[in-house]
Amino acid sequence: MTAQSIRKILFAPIVNENPITLQILGICSALAVTTKVSTALTMCIALTLVVACSSMLISLIRHYIPTNIRIIIQITIAASLVIVVDQFLQAFAYEISRELSVFVSLIVTNCIVLARAETFAMKNPPWPSFLDGLGNGLGYSVILLAVGIIRELFGSGSLLGFTILPLTRDGGWYEPNGLLLLPPSAFFLIGLIIWGVRSWKTNQVEQPEFRIQRTHNPPEVTR
Amino acid sequence: MAEPDHIPVQHSNRRTIGVALAVCLVCSLIVTSAAVTLKPIQISNQIKARQRILVELAGLTGLPVERAYQLFDVRMVELASGAYVDELDVERFDIIKAAKDEEQSTILTREEDIAQIQRKPKYLPVYQISDAGGGLETLILPIYGHGLWSTLYGFIALEGDLRTVKGLQFYQHTETPGLGGEIDNPRWLSSWQGKVIFDEDWQPRIELVRGSVSMATPDSQYKVDGLSGATMTTRGVDNLLKFWFGENGFGPFLLRLREERS
Repeated sequence: MTAQSIRKILFAPIVNENPITLQILGICSALAVTTKVSTALTMCIALTLVVACSSMLISLIRHYIPTNIRIIIQITIAASLVIVVDQFLQAFAYEISRELSVFVSLIVTNCIVLARAETFAMKNPPWPSFLDGLGNGLGYSVILLAVGIIRELFGSGSLLGFTILPLTRDGGWYEPNGLLLLPPSAFFLIGLIIWGVRSWKTNQVEQPEFRIQRTHNPPEVTR
Repeated sequence: MAEPDHIPVQHSNRRTIGVALAVCLVCSLIVTSAAVTLKPIQISNQIKARQRILVELAGLTGLPVERAYQLFDVRMVELASGAYVDELDVERFDIIKAAKDEEQSTILTREEDIAQIQRKPKYLPVYQISDAGGGLETLILPIYGHGLWSTLYGFIALEGDLRTVKGLQFYQHTETPGLGGEIDNPRWLSSWQGKVIFDEDWQPRIELVRGSVSMATPDSQYKVDGLSGATMTTRGVDNLLKFWFGENGFGPFLLRLREERS
């Protein structure tokens, strides 16, 4: 594999084929875990590990997976990896694993994992599949961290728990925006990011699903 | 009917079952080995987290958690009689195991079982902090009961008057994040401070109510805000408090403490 193709597989999902902004996948966890950068970061690492490893493992056995049970096998592998990651978090990052609660286990239902397995890993060798999973995990992480940074900075005046903008209730000058701590704010932020990305990369703009068809010419009088 | 020739081997049922079994076997091996090897670290994390909650509830700030925890006088109590049982090991006590153990627990009848826990342990640990004069300053009791999805495990701290709540916190549950999960919300938990469990006749009066409770609410000292959007979890907390402060819970133990003091 050439260095160029490696770079393409790894970096394309970060802007050009971002799983969140282009494919609109993985939104559920992006809303839930981005109130703080620490939880967003942990979730990003967990998801990236799971996607990369599950893609690689599925790709390794892709010639042996019977097509009629392929989805079940993909989910079984992803679910096992998620449990392992969850166990590690409970052992080495207990507080954060409590804050993330069910969202780590829900990585298994994250569409990014299944999408990469089904569209890429089933058709490509292990190493590119690993890179593809890694790239998609990083694409997810970039958006999650961007949303997490904005929400924590303007919602609680801190980053990773360190105070950046001193809050009025602690004697500072910054009045926090409470909306940013609620899940809908992540919707707004992701919407704005998608708008921004699509204004920049106009080829990502989707074709309208339907157009209103002109059935007859307007009457002469209105011309 | 004979199988047509063009179907590849991959599609034969035997092969499908074989691959499925192999994948399951490998995956289960990976999962179990991760779970088994990491278990000791997870358990010690849980114990530490529980100790931190106890220390926070007792208001022992400024000390490292392990040191502060040493200040507790931890005793096992026989629930039925309210007497201390000193021959039981407190540190290795596991409330979930004890509630399942035939020897260490009793079955509750449906009328008794308001907290929906089916079995109740015969013995439970209580945590006490004494003040400078040797009187009781804080008493922390373990409490648990069923919420919506899961059993809520927690601790409630009482002031030395054995009536006023010093704090409440849950350390284990799997309620819906954002709804029932709000029982971990620090603001809601702090609203428990100063609430009164027992009325003048030592009957449990504490309850969770709909809507907000202000100082102007009649009997506001016995009332705590229910969690909005989490009716079942709120009811679970209400029920478990009624159970643990009643006759089948810590009632006899608290009675004995009151009688000893007067």
